[in-house]
Amino acid sequence: MAEPTGAQRRQSRWRDMLAGWRAHHGEVALDSFKRLLAQPVSSAMTWLVIGIALALPASLYVGLVNLQSLGEAWDSSARLSLYLKLDVDDVRGRALAETLHNDAAVVAVQYTDRATALAEFRAISGFADVLDGLNENPLPALITVEPVTGLSADNLAGLQQRLAELPEVDSVQLDLEWVQRLYALVRLGQRLAMTLAGLLSLGVVLVIGNTIRLAIEGRREEIVVIKLVGGTDAFVRRPFLYTGLWYGVGGGLCAWVVVGISLLMMRGPVARLAGLYGSDFSLDGLGIGATLLLWLAGGLLGLVGAWLAVARHLGDIEPR
Amino acid sequence: MAMIRFDSVSKRYPGGYEALSRASFDIAEGQMVFLTGHSGAGKSTLLKLMMLMERPSQGQVFINGQNLRNVGRTKIPFLRRQIGVVFQNHQLLFDRSVFDNVALPLVISGCPHHEIGRRVRAALDKVGLLNKERNNPITLSGGEQQRVGIARAVVNKPPVLLADEPTGNLDPQLATEIMNLFRQFNQVGVTVLIASHDIALIKSLPYPIMSLKQGHVVRQPATQAEVPFDG
Repeated sequence: MAEPTGAQRRQSRWRDMLAGWRAHHGEVALDSFKRLLAQPVSSAMTWLVIGIALALPASLYVGLVNLQSLGEAWDSSARLSLYLKLDVDDVRGRALAETLHNDAAVVAVQYTDRATALAEFRAISGFADVLDGLNENPLPALITVEPVTGLSADNLAGLQQRLAELPEVDSVQLDLEWVQRLYALVRLGQRLAMTLAGLLSLGVVLVIGNTIRLAIEGRREEIVVIKLVGGTDAFVRRPFLYTGLWYGVGGGLCAWVVVGISLLMMRGPVARLAGLYGSDFSLDGLGIGATLLLWLAGGLLGLVGAWLAVARHLGDIEPR
Repeated sequence: MAMIRFDSVSKRYPGGYEALSRASFDIAEGQMVFLTGHSGAGKSTLLKLMMLMERPSQGQVFINGQNLRNVGRTKIPFLRRQIGVVFQNHQLLFDRSVFDNVALPLVISGCPHHEIGRRVRAALDKVGLLNKERNNPITLSGGEQQRVGIARAVVNKPPVLLADEPTGNLDPQLATEIMNLFRQFNQVGVTVLIASHDIALIKSLPYPIMSLKQGHVVRQPATQAEVPFDG
């Protein structure tokens, strides 16, 4: 066989070094993980702390996603309620309803005369005795208008404005208002969740940073020896970065379990509540995307925390 | 060529204490030299300057032709890989086996896996501890621990071997055995510098002795003329 050329030899040397580097990464990752398992109680506590810290914003996020889907379900069934003036009689009322029905922006119209309104109110409200005491019917006639679907909020508001200006109409109530309020609340909640996530992420970074600081202190001798025999900063850093990564990913897993358990506990009451509203609404869990994001965020925060601790404390440990 | 060269090197510590004053000497490639002097005379400082654990206040240090002044912080590890060091207190790690202790410099320099086993066993064989590779170093005697330290220092085949009081805690017979190990490494071309105050032992060996007095290097002729010392 021919002698390998210099280039070939160099190439195989590089390949050897790369293989060695990769093998070392694998070993360090495994060794860091084993070290965590060797102290199961303290590791589990750290994981749980990180898990709870991550679970709080994650739960809030799940709740908001659910609220939003609830809003969307009702969004498509926007209704306008036109309360007519008390001096508008049934004939004029029905005529107006007929006219509105021909409006391009309107799909369906329902007219409720004053007597029917009173009867319905009497049946639902339980104020029958009070109503009997009144000598005249206080309720206005009502036209319920269902606009064409897919109108934007601005268009709906425009329609509301136009209808309110009709001479027979006293006031117009857009049933969408509560959906808009819900959205405003959801937006507020999102901001809250983001603030909370930011603060708790900082907390996670600090917890991991402090844990890594203790780990560095515990391996001081080893660090000194490694530096003496020619270990680079990257080499010294590596096990601690992996430790941080494992803390973070484990914490993300804990958070996932915590969120899952809370959802499971809320599923029954939510179904009962939805049943009372005649809805078949059910809670959505964390999707695959959000789950991956949770683990990724955990891992990333772990790395950042470890990196900060290492940058801060590793330089102090030098052979003397 | 000088493997180790000090060019009027001074080291003052904060507070004004001068551990080394204008020390100049050369140690040629393949030479073995003893460094002696009572404690506080600057032996440790001299070794630390070679390892870049300290920087000189004045003067220049050269190792293997490399001016250490030009070795930046991030390059220090690569300098240390060229220097095997044996410590009086061994500096072994008791959380891993003898094998893993000796393998550490190879792992650090990214040596391929299959080669690590071969080279660690070769080093352990040389110091006579091949049968102890699986032991934890804490179970070994002081002399054996020192030999593990020596195996770790030479496993990377460094051109320079430094030793700081390697026989400090050993009885005379073990001390002679350890010295014989260093002589064997020197015979295969390694430049060896041993700091020791075991005057009786080092005077009985045919190597030049360099002594430090209050930070000054005092040359002493080789006890046997066939080993010259161009200090």
